[in-house]
Amino acid sequence: METATLNKAPLTAKDFATDQEVRWCPGCGDYSILAQVQKVMPTLGIPKENIAIISGIGCSSRFPYYMNVYGMHSIHGRATAIASGLKAARPDLSVWIVTGDGDSLSIGGNHTIHLLRRNFDVNVLLFNNQIYGLTKGQYSPTSEENKVTKSTPFGSIDHPFNPMALALGADATFIARSMDRDPKHLQAMLTRSYEHKGASFLEIYQNCNIFNDGAFETFTEKTSKADNAIFLEDGKPLIFGSNSDKGIKLDGFKPVVVDLNNGASADDLWVHDETDLYKAQILTRMFDDPKIEGHLPRPFGVFYQVSRPAYEEVLKKQIDWAKEKKPADLDKLLRGNEVWDIV
Amino acid sequence: MDRKQEVLNDVVIKFAGDSGDGMQLTGTQFTNNTALLGADLSTFPDFPAEIRAPQGTLPGVSGYQLRFSSESIHTPGDQWDVLVAMNAAALKTNLKNLKRGGKIIANTDGFDVKNLRLANYPDGVNPLQDNSLEGYELIEMDITKMTREALKDIQMGTKEKDRAKNMFVLGFLYWMYDREMENTEKFLEEKFGKKPEILESNLKALHAGYNYGDTTETFTTQYKVEKAKIEAGSYRSIMGNQALAYGLIAASVKSGLTLFLGTYPITPASDILHELSKHKNFGIKTFQAEDEIAGISAAIGASYGGHIGVTSTSGPGLALKGEALGLAMMLEIPLIVIDVQRGGPSTGLPTKTEQSDLLQAYYGRNGESPLPVVSASTPSDCFEAVYEAVRIAVEHMTPVIFLSDGYIANGAEPWKYPNTESLPPIHVKFKTELGHNEAKFQPYQRDENLVRPWAVPGTPGLEHRIGGLEKENITGNVSYDPENHQLMVKIRQEKVDKIALNIPEQTLDNGPEEGDVLVLGWGSTYGVIKTAVEELLEEGHKVAHAHLRYVRPFPRNLGEMLKRYKTVLIPEINNGQLVKIIRDQYLIDAKAYNKIMGVPITKAELEEEIKKFLSVHA
Repeated sequence: METATLNKAPLTAKDFATDQEVRWCPGCGDYSILAQVQKVMPTLGIPKENIAIISGIGCSSRFPYYMNVYGMHSIHGRATAIASGLKAARPDLSVWIVTGDGDSLSIGGNHTIHLLRRNFDVNVLLFNNQIYGLTKGQYSPTSEENKVTKSTPFGSIDHPFNPMALALGADATFIARSMDRDPKHLQAMLTRSYEHKGASFLEIYQNCNIFNDGAFETFTEKTSKADNAIFLEDGKPLIFGSNSDKGIKLDGFKPVVVDLNNGASADDLWVHDETDLYKAQILTRMFDDPKIEGHLPRPFGVFYQVSRPAYEEVLKKQIDWAKEKKPADLDKLLRGNEVWDIV
Repeated sequence: MDRKQEVLNDVVIKFAGDSGDGMQLTGTQFTNNTALLGADLSTFPDFPAEIRAPQGTLPGVSGYQLRFSSESIHTPGDQWDVLVAMNAAALKTNLKNLKRGGKIIANTDGFDVKNLRLANYPDGVNPLQDNSLEGYELIEMDITKMTREALKDIQMGTKEKDRAKNMFVLGFLYWMYDREMENTEKFLEEKFGKKPEILESNLKALHAGYNYGDTTETFTTQYKVEKAKIEAGSYRSIMGNQALAYGLIAASVKSGLTLFLGTYPITPASDILHELSKHKNFGIKTFQAEDEIAGISAAIGASYGGHIGVTSTSGPGLALKGEALGLAMMLEIPLIVIDVQRGGPSTGLPTKTEQSDLLQAYYGRNGESPLPVVSASTPSDCFEAVYEAVRIAVEHMTPVIFLSDGYIANGAEPWKYPNTESLPPIHVKFKTELGHNEAKFQPYQRDENLVRPWAVPGTPGLEHRIGGLEKENITGNVSYDPENHQLMVKIRQEKVDKIALNIPEQTLDNGPEEGDVLVLGWGSTYGVIKTAVEELLEEGHKVAHAHLRYVRPFPRNLGEMLKRYKTVLIPEINNGQLVKIIRDQYLIDAKAYNKIMGVPITKAELEEEIKKFLSVHA
């Protein structure tokens, strides 16, 4: 299959677009995510035919129709389970799962956590808009408490999921967060997701301008982004703020914001280490409601990455071992050990 | 001492004891031993409903029924000749089906005050002592005591020694039926090779049981059953779920496609997972998923990738898989969905058999969602039938529902096993490139059988998108066009109907081509219908038997066949499911005979029912 792609002009974003009309609401954050995926794909060096995108149900899940690769728009919540079978069958494929907060954390929550613990080498793109868009505006498992929606006219009483903490709790080997409104960062995170060997879980804050407009604006708008979002970089201290004058220091296990202009030294700051599981757990818990006074900034970037054998690798090893130990012989199997003859 | 030897044609033994007494093991060992003799046989394990009901109680009784014969037989028998009762509860639950004059081998230790009370006998009543068993041949043995005695030199606790009781019984029966014991000795050596004391205790108990029969003067007669007069060839013994697993492996080998099983454990289907996971050397991938839905979804993913995706379950699991099954139907990819049916509805009777899900298999999905349905009629038939299911799935690009049931799954019978070469081919056609006149790949372009191409990811130039939304004819693009929807619904139905052209015509199993009654069956009622019809034919009645393997679509000649009989009688272990479909499709007044007790229909019951229609026409 590789020979077919030799000596061809390098692929461009256009090669990954289909002839289907993109049908998200005008202004939807999904457009940006689609654009970034189409930009990143040609840079990954995977032949187009070796990419498969599996989605569930929801606005985000129409994604495969717009990508000129192999794709399946499946059923609600099950993309992760379908992708698991596909990857087990075909480790040679680059498998991407496109899902939303309802699809992967509500109806498909069970499959999501099991995919992560098994560590199939697939990439999960979770479009989180904190609302049910396709069914026209009910609260989702990531909606904040007291949210007034069509199904919660007096405010929702559900406590929301913290997707990063949930994924880490399921022993995910790669967790990261990005946003639709920061194309460069999103492209970088898509590339990192692909490069990770094992299940990568990328939460993308995506604005639903119809049913939940501005849900993430504190983190995405120019005026507030710098003071409310902190961008993680491996080996670098945790610094944020419009003048890069604020940092995070660990006081025991507790992160605290310090003012670099006012006595705190950059040397005292928490230095991000993507392989540190304990600190990653603290990062996932930096999940304050930005409306609360004194809230911690929300982290973006790669929280955690560790190497663990992928499920399909171990499966293949076990099968190879079994084949070596006992060559397959169907006639012998059918015959069994105890046979008698009738003449 | 002088021994008599008596030759018997047909013996039914029921092993019954507490679920901890090892009756299933005793039964299977005796079965394997019997098989090696060349007798025909049929078994029916009867598991208690609970994993471990309180010891000694009625719900805790586990049974294993074995019939063996020098004739060709098709059922495990309505009544038994010998009842092994390890305790009072085992006697109480099983006595009703012991033939008058039959033998009871009773473990007297299991009839102490405590056991009698647990079996709900009134205070002071012991059936072994109150003459209530008059009319039976009662053989009392203190199996517990004799086993302990035989093991007195072995250093192990009494509780552990008592575990070898079942081997004492087995040894005694081996004597009674004049058997060699090598297969069981070998089995024990393999099972307990690493635990020398347990091996020794089992072997000693086995021999002690045999010697007890041999030396005690109480027993003067040994019984022998000759080799069966069945079709010549090489045979082995096989259980339904095992045959099913082998059929899948064979289909994988013959088609050249890797087998992927995505499943979730459920009684009575779990043994398919257990069996297949032993054979990874055939490249088989088994995936124990987090739930039923993930099991089928993973199988769909594997099929999408070019494997044979299989999922196995039982009734409630099929209900959970319904939505994903609808997706697979829409995607039009091969998939095998195995339903080992059990008593329903809801959790129902998990360890009991029932033909519970034919209507679920037919109609249990949203929208117009036709799928082929194939069923197995005996334990060994699972092999060929599931092989056929794979062939249909792959050649017609469709999910296939395969129906077995608890009775078939756990039953054993001799199997004239095939060789690989004799198995029919399975034609796999992957689309690998665009044709001369194709500018663009059309995933829903169909061939003369309305089958669409199978283009798997990794094939350059055929990139395409499929999904559960209604698709435009030929292009597969999403379409909400009203005319297109009606067209697609009709096409999907016709595609399944056309499978009738690629399956054999229905044949009669037995009987005249026209007459008074056609007994039409499907699934595990095969043996009892065959036996009943055979007897009625011998009595000169105009009765015939046809048994369906293909229940959707029906064989193309079925309607014509049904019309040649005055009555079509459909016995089922449910409340009448096939009968509804037959009436619907052929507009005939088919009669239903239904038993919904979690156990098979007996020959006597069925004969009586058939006779009702014969007398009308006499």
